[in-house]
Amino acid sequence: MTFRKYLVLAGVTLFAAAGDTLLSHGMKQVGSVSLNHLSRLILAVLNPWVVSGIVLLLAFFASYMNALSWADLTYVLPATSLGYVLLALVAKFALHEQVSPMRWAGIALIAGGVGFVAGGPSLTSHRHHESREHLAEVDPAEIRSEVEV
Amino acid sequence: MKHLYASLYTSLYTWSAIVAVVFASVVGDVLLSRAMKQVGDVGALRRRRGLWTVVARVLTNQNFMLGVAAMAVAFFSLLFALSWGDVSLVAPAAASLTFIGNAFAAKIFLHEHVDQRRWIAAVLVAAGVALLAG
Repeated sequence: MTFRKYLVLAGVTLFAAAGDTLLSHGMKQVGSVSLNHLSRLILAVLNPWVVSGIVLLLAFFASYMNALSWADLTYVLPATSLGYVLLALVAKFALHEQVSPMRWAGIALIAGGVGFVAGGPSLTSHRHHESREHLAEVDPAEIRSEVEV
Repeated sequence: MKHLYASLYTSLYTWSAIVAVVFASVVGDVLLSRAMKQVGDVGALRRRRGLWTVVARVLTNQNFMLGVAAMAVAFFSLLFALSWGDVSLVAPAAASLTFIGNAFAAKIFLHEHVDQRRWIAAVLVAAGVALLAG
C-alpha cells in the first residue's frame, strides 16, 4: 500500500458521505418527486445543493473505480462503509444531534469490520488473462517501487 | 382480515424490491470490479499513457458499461422499494444484504480469497449498517 492508495480509499469514504449528505439536503428543499411530477426533477438539478452532491458522487465513483483497479471488491467495500461512521460523528459533533446507543453500537461494529479487512492484503484475486497484455507495458522501475512498499 | 392481507402484500412487494436492489447492486459491483481489473492499475496506467487513455479504456470496457447499467437498475429498484416500504427498513436491509451478497459473489465470480478475516468483516459491517440506519 502506497500513500496514494490510502488517499484514494479516503476519497471513496469522504466523497460518498459528503455527496449523500448534500444530495439529501438538496432533495429535502426540492420536495418529493413523483412519477406524475417529473418536471420537479429538472428543478432539482437547478438546486445548488443537488448539483454539488452530484459532483461529489461523480468524484466518489471515480475514486471507487480507481480503488477497484488495484484492490479486491471485498477490500474496498468495507472502506466505503466508514462513510456511515463519519456521518454519525458529524451528526454528533458538528450538528449536535442525538446519536442513540444503538447507533454507537453500529458504528463500533463497522469500525471493527474495517479494522479486520485493513490488516490483510488488498489484492488476492488472480489476474484476469485479459490484463496480461498490460503486464508487458509495466515499467520495471514501477514494479520495484511497488515491491518496496 | 382485509387489512392483514393488504399489509402482507405491501411487505411482499417491499421485500421483492429489496431483493431486486441487492441482486442488481451485487451484479453491478462484480462487473465493475472485473472491468477495473481488466483495465489495470489506473494510477500506473495514467503515468505511462496519460489520463485520456485511462478514460478511453474504462469507457470502452464492456463489463464497465454492463456494470453501470446494473447500478442504474439497482437505483430504480431502490426508488420502487422506497415507495412501498419505510426508508428505515429498506435502506439498511438493502445495504447490509448487499455486503453479504458481495462477499459470496466476489469469492465465486471474482475468485477473491475471502478468508475468515473478510467474512467476519462482511458480517460485522452488515450488522453495523443495519443497526446504524435502524
